[in-house]
Amino acid sequence: MRKTGRIAGIVLAVFVLVAVLAPVLPLADPYRIDLDSLRLPPSWEHPFGTDSKGRDIFSRVLHGGQISISVAVAAAVIAALIGFGVGLVSGYCGGKVDTVLMAAVDFILSFPSLLLAVAISVILPPGIYTVMIAIACVGWTSFARIVRGQVLSYKEMPFVEAARSYGCSHWRIALFHIAPLCIPICLVVMGIKLGGFVLTEATLGFLGLGAQPPTPTWGAMISANRAYILSAPWTVFFPGLAIFLTAFCCNLLGDSLKERSDLRIKE
Amino acid sequence: MQTMKSYILKRFVLLIPLLLGITLVSFAMLKSLPGDPVLNLVGERASPEAIESIRRELGTDQGFFRQYAGYLSLLAQGDFGRSYHTNRQVSEELRRKFPNTMRLALATMAIAVPAGILLGVIAAVRRNTIIDRMVQAVTIAGVSIPVFWFGIMLMLLVCLHLRLLPPSGTGGVQFIVLPALVLAVPAAATLARVTRTSVLDAMTMPHVRTAQARGASRRRILLWHVLRNALIPIVTIIGLDFGSYLNGAVVTETIFGWDGIGRFTMDGILKRDYPVIMGCTMIGTVVFVLVNLVTDLLYHYLDPRIRLDEKNR
Repeated sequence: MRKTGRIAGIVLAVFVLVAVLAPVLPLADPYRIDLDSLRLPPSWEHPFGTDSKGRDIFSRVLHGGQISISVAVAAAVIAALIGFGVGLVSGYCGGKVDTVLMAAVDFILSFPSLLLAVAISVILPPGIYTVMIAIACVGWTSFARIVRGQVLSYKEMPFVEAARSYGCSHWRIALFHIAPLCIPICLVVMGIKLGGFVLTEATLGFLGLGAQPPTPTWGAMISANRAYILSAPWTVFFPGLAIFLTAFCCNLLGDSLKERSDLRIKE
Repeated sequence: MQTMKSYILKRFVLLIPLLLGITLVSFAMLKSLPGDPVLNLVGERASPEAIESIRRELGTDQGFFRQYAGYLSLLAQGDFGRSYHTNRQVSEELRRKFPNTMRLALATMAIAVPAGILLGVIAAVRRNTIIDRMVQAVTIAGVSIPVFWFGIMLMLLVCLHLRLLPPSGTGGVQFIVLPALVLAVPAAATLARVTRTSVLDAMTMPHVRTAQARGASRRRILLWHVLRNALIPIVTIIGLDFGSYLNGAVVTETIFGWDGIGRFTMDGILKRDYPVIMGCTMIGTVVFVLVNLVTDLLYHYLDPRIRLDEKNR
């Protein structure tokens, strides 16, 4: 799978690059409504066709990618930070702290994650920051569990005992001796989770809880054009394809990271 | 057998504090939501007196703990209250919708479990061949596909172009095929991945080599020695995946107009219909705990070495 992982990584990097460069590329304006070219099929001028308001779908998919990908990545970073902190504290302190924190993790895991994310998105005003927070609030649990497991095994190792014997404080041991060792696994988990986060972001957008129109996001584009599925299927097909390919590449990459890290991670 | 009974009893007793905790937390969370269900109900132009009287009628003018206590006493009588929107009994609605969701979940499992296990076993037996790679690529694609998009595209192809099945609604077999298929794809993909890994693990166990040395046939080794041991993680995933059925069911039920719990919950959350949300949460939790219990009992049955009171996660 190594080669596959590398190819997936390169494709993903191209996606990210194109999405980031979307504003400076010679593309049609993603917001320009053109009532003379409603729902045109794909052509040279409009490679993915136009949507129900005559906007160029190719351009909107690229601009939407900028939002969708960065929201998923930001959510992954926030989730990793929360999970890292909780896992570190839980594993290092042990005892009651550990019991309480892991009970919280179990509690969150006992809900269907999508419903929880939807509930959080409803509480906060709709927008991309809400989606980030909602995904992170649901997604940090797996980071916490895995980091906790790592901390538990490192805690018993001789280097920790050595550090304690020459007088390091608990803070110092936890932050400078144990925490850095847990960073690689955190990155691997991030790779594994990213594909799922891309899908959750798209689903929340589809449900109307993400960035509000006319801002293009992949999920919202699908729900906005769903009514025209029979007469203009390309309006729905291409944004969905973008979600699928991005998630697919992320998952391939995560998979090969997992294999390479040689760590058995429960999904 | 006695231990089995007391174990099941213990699990049910443990369910009570869990449900209490969940009701309290979700009750607090829902009450802290911005947006007033009364205003949602009457619109913004209603007179203050009308709003006040509805508030009194619904009981939302009382303190938090009084509301919570009132809610608990109603719950104890099996009354989830009335929907703020349709004014129908939530328990009635749940009773009507729950079998629909269960039917969808069972139909999904009927597709996903055989397909997933078969794909996983094939990949494991033919590991590192082109067949294995293809199965792996397909399963990764399966977990990467956005359920709502897949549902819409499938509906377009099968219902609108080929006109083989009705596009949406609740009812007989012709209605259930598509949503179940859409839900089954990611479930089967996850299952295939777990099956592959656990079959590969089981193949390296010493007793498999012993069986080979004794000259047992490949088929006997696979079916009798390997699969039996590989079943435990597979059963875990089937159990845990129940949560993801519910996840997918929310979107799938919405797209296919399936009158089930998923759509009901989603509508409830979007409309801030507290009684609906609470009722769905409760029933979801009970189902989740029951599924976990059945999974644990199955563990014990599949592998008597696992003791019931151990925590297996």
